[in-house]
Amino acid sequence: MVFEKIAQMIADKIDCDAAEIKEDTKFEDLSIDSLDITEIAMDIEDEFEIEFEADPSMKTVADLVAAVEKKVG
Amino acid sequence: MNRVVITGIGAITPVGNSAAEYLENIKKGVNGIDEITYFDVSDSKYKFAGEIKNADLAGVIEKSALRKMDRFTQYAVYAASEAVNDSGIEGKVDPYRFGVYFGSGVGGFDTFASEHETLLTRGARRVSPLFIPKMIYNIAAGNLAITFNAKGTNLALSTACATGATAVGEAYRAIRHGYADAMICGGSEAAIHPLAVAGFGQCKALSTAQTKDTASLPFDKRRLGFVMGEGAAVLILEEYEHAVNRGAKIYAEVVGYGSTNDAYHITSPDPAAESTAAAVREAMKDIEVPQADKIYINAHGTGTHLNDLTETQTFKNVFGDDAYKLHISSTKSMTGHMLGAAGAIEAITAMDTLTSGIVPPTINLLEKDEECDLDYTPNTAVKADIELALSTNLGFGGHNACLAFKAVKQ
Repeated sequence: MVFEKIAQMIADKIDCDAAEIKEDTKFEDLSIDSLDITEIAMDIEDEFEIEFEADPSMKTVADLVAAVEKKVG
Repeated sequence: MNRVVITGIGAITPVGNSAAEYLENIKKGVNGIDEITYFDVSDSKYKFAGEIKNADLAGVIEKSALRKMDRFTQYAVYAASEAVNDSGIEGKVDPYRFGVYFGSGVGGFDTFASEHETLLTRGARRVSPLFIPKMIYNIAAGNLAITFNAKGTNLALSTACATGATAVGEAYRAIRHGYADAMICGGSEAAIHPLAVAGFGQCKALSTAQTKDTASLPFDKRRLGFVMGEGAAVLILEEYEHAVNRGAKIYAEVVGYGSTNDAYHITSPDPAAESTAAAVREAMKDIEVPQADKIYINAHGTGTHLNDLTETQTFKNVFGDDAYKLHISSTKSMTGHMLGAAGAIEAITAMDTLTSGIVPPTINLLEKDEECDLDYTPNTAVKADIELALSTNLGFGGHNACLAFKAVKQ
């Protein structure tokens, strides 16, 4: 559920098909940089109603999903 | 010292979204000014602007890059793509000898205003991480370097409404003095925003006319101020031998550049017009000046009362009685004032007269002002054998710039 929502957010941000985004997709392969990740983190805060900071160590969609799931509980 | 030639041009303007379309339309006298559509002007005194219409920005700029650019950078990359393609320079120049001098009057105005709104309404944590890299006015120069792998000298210049001319002039000097083999240069602006219109309006610089054909009236007695325009224009300047050796198409030669400041007032030009005249003289100092009827001047011609008087006085100071024989026009009558892009689009306009033999008109010039009594090419283009083309620009802060172009002699 968290993954699907985040995949859709990323797809909306970079204007691609959400189906192209898998859990093990690297941000680098989507041409997503640290500025994009910070923007996606802002969308995540709105969507999940949590406080959330992107962490530079996050390399894949799964890293982001895991961090959000931990917060959402 | 090196000779410098123009080998590529590109533009996005209120009268055409390519250099060719622009040049065709201004010679026909097409008016690009119309009622502002970007925001509601029903209660505003200032109803008109030269907006960019139907530009396929996404067809030229990669989607992932487009999203990270303010409109002023999008226009810059769009126009530069045309200019670089036109020149065929890509892959034919050492990247470290390929530079960018590119300017804007104000940079990412929309981005600044919308992110400030976000700060006030949603708080600091919702301000976009792209705010600063979209807004800073040097970012167009940075994006041009990235897009075209131009690793050489790179500067963002700003001299307000003279910016485009300053960028072209300084790029000319960079090649002339051996700092680069080729330069991407010009200016861009996208500031048709309620805050900018309010600000220029409060300076009493903007026209309050109520019809599109009376809004921008350079040198006309009825003139009430300028009309905001927007867009970008880019020239590829290249060292002459470099261009010849790679078999490049050459439009014209840049033969001079003058740069002065009035040191007089923050917004008003000095009516004595000595500093503006000094810029024109400096641009002509190394060349043989033909008789006045073979000279075209693309005037800054904003349509403010003082600008047009000062420029008229400038040309009289420089040319004396021969000023009456000059071919002069203000193409801002059609484009509005493209601010930081004005000097670059007008450089393209000026140099085109050398090859086309056609002087573009000042449209809607119907009522003569006794104090503006030179030949401003009213209403219709004229054929003329132009041997020297000049373009003059004046900016808030007292900046003056003049560029000089001639056809290339072997």
